[in-house]
Amino acid sequence: MKEGVLMNGFIELVVSTLTQGLIYALLSYGVYITYKILDFPDLTVDGSFPLGAAVTAVLLTNKVNPYLTIPVTLVVGAVAGLITGVIHVKLGIRDLLAGIITMTALFSINLQIAGSNLVVDRNIDTIFSAVPTMALFGRMPLIYRKLVVSLIIALIFKLLLDLYFKTKNGLLLRAVGDNSILVTTLAKDKGVVKIIGLVISNALIALSGCIVCHEQRSFSSTMGTGQVVFGLATVIIGTTLFKKFDFVKGTTAAMIGSILYKACIQVAISLGMPANLLKLVTAVLFLIILVLGSYQKGMVKKNA
Amino acid sequence: MLELRNITKIYNPGTIREMCIFENFNLTVDDGEFLSIVGSNGSGKTSLLNIICGSIPIEGGEVLIGNERIDRMKEYKRYRRIGRVYQNPALGTCPNLTLLENMALADNKGKSYGLSRGINKSRIEYYRQQLAVLGLGLENKMDVKLGSLSGGQRQAVALVMATLTPIDFLILDEHTAALDPKTSEIIMKLTDRIIAEKKLTAIMVTHNLRYAVEYGSRLIMMDKGKIVLDKSGEEKKNLTVNDILHIFNEISIECGN
Repeated sequence: MKEGVLMNGFIELVVSTLTQGLIYALLSYGVYITYKILDFPDLTVDGSFPLGAAVTAVLLTNKVNPYLTIPVTLVVGAVAGLITGVIHVKLGIRDLLAGIITMTALFSINLQIAGSNLVVDRNIDTIFSAVPTMALFGRMPLIYRKLVVSLIIALIFKLLLDLYFKTKNGLLLRAVGDNSILVTTLAKDKGVVKIIGLVISNALIALSGCIVCHEQRSFSSTMGTGQVVFGLATVIIGTTLFKKFDFVKGTTAAMIGSILYKACIQVAISLGMPANLLKLVTAVLFLIILVLGSYQKGMVKKNA
Repeated sequence: MLELRNITKIYNPGTIREMCIFENFNLTVDDGEFLSIVGSNGSGKTSLLNIICGSIPIEGGEVLIGNERIDRMKEYKRYRRIGRVYQNPALGTCPNLTLLENMALADNKGKSYGLSRGINKSRIEYYRQQLAVLGLGLENKMDVKLGSLSGGQRQAVALVMATLTPIDFLILDEHTAALDPKTSEIIMKLTDRIIAEKKLTAIMVTHNLRYAVEYGSRLIMMDKGKIVLDKSGEEKKNLTVNDILHIFNEISIECGN
């Protein structure tokens, strides 16, 4: 009897960790685009992620259709990316600083939108409990429903991105991070291509914040802190792990990186690590990943 | 026709390191001309190419293609009519994209890069033909990432990519300098063939005096931002490496080298 309860607890833990990994995979896709494809260290993440959650929390509280929060946060995140892009490209501010400026501004904007904390009332439906979801997966317990919906969302956006990377525009985006001079000689404005990348990236990151808000039914102004480090770590774990396997797409690597990372954190918490130490563990874990990654390459990469 | 009129180019203007490289510099390149430019380091050869392409700003003068002024035009817009191959083979291709993806990118130059399929399958055979001309076996490596090819192979691909779509001018910026003698010979021959086949107007900066003498329809030598030798037609044909070397040495002696 007691063993059964323990087993159930374990399965629930695995399911919720997987769900977390899949929701945060959207953020990892975004960081994959800026960090891996554009070679742009974008710190907007720490602002655009809670931005998505803030907007979602307010919309849900005002009884807006929960599914509508998805397109809205995509647009809002896109605008955040656009601002960083314009600051960098049109005003000539360095990439790192452009992101810091937007991130800092977003902190206040998020407070304006949702205050320092906003809890979504228990009787308000989220994408995990609204009618269409219930019609499809209503028989499942809530935690499995969360897993299935998160999986569907993570897969849809992964497939959309994979398709996009194969279009002419997607090829150009990949080219600009690889060799921006070539993009210029192809008679294309590399600045515009970078902006497109930042827009897509931050739209996905805000969406990740949106789904997190649906899942935990709350927004807090500090939930963005350290998300960029999380994103970088997952992308680096993923791409390092699958370096030898060319057929594994970058988006797949980012998704698996995200799940693995969430699993590591979950293990640490289960082993009794106080939640206050979470960011410290994150930083140490990130350092270890970076060092291992550069050892594997046989050299320390510039500005990695 | 490309025209440079009264070009003034000053590096670090208004600072203690101010250096005037061109003052009232003029050059006209006719359609169909294959111009080689030689000169010592710092003579302004690469600056000249950068001025034509808009990679660096100018302090005075006009750049014209046909009768259209392009000196206010942004760099990327000028490349609609210009193809360029750099000294560094890495600059002409994308290392993390496959050969096929690189070719598809270059093939779309001048058109919009929208959301249609990046690789047009019906064009693959055409890319293969274009690469087969090189004789390097690259037509069988379409799915290989460019980064894993050798410098010479990459430069050959860069050359094909730069000339894949219709352009008015081909700019060659010491494009054989980073290659070993044998590879550089192959690339030079290829360049000459592509220029002849596509009837391009080309400007080639080179440190290899023999290439400047053997190839091209016109040769100029530059020194301290001025043209000190300009030969075309029969005069160019009769020019030998020794003639140029002689002038080269005279200039160097004046400089005290």
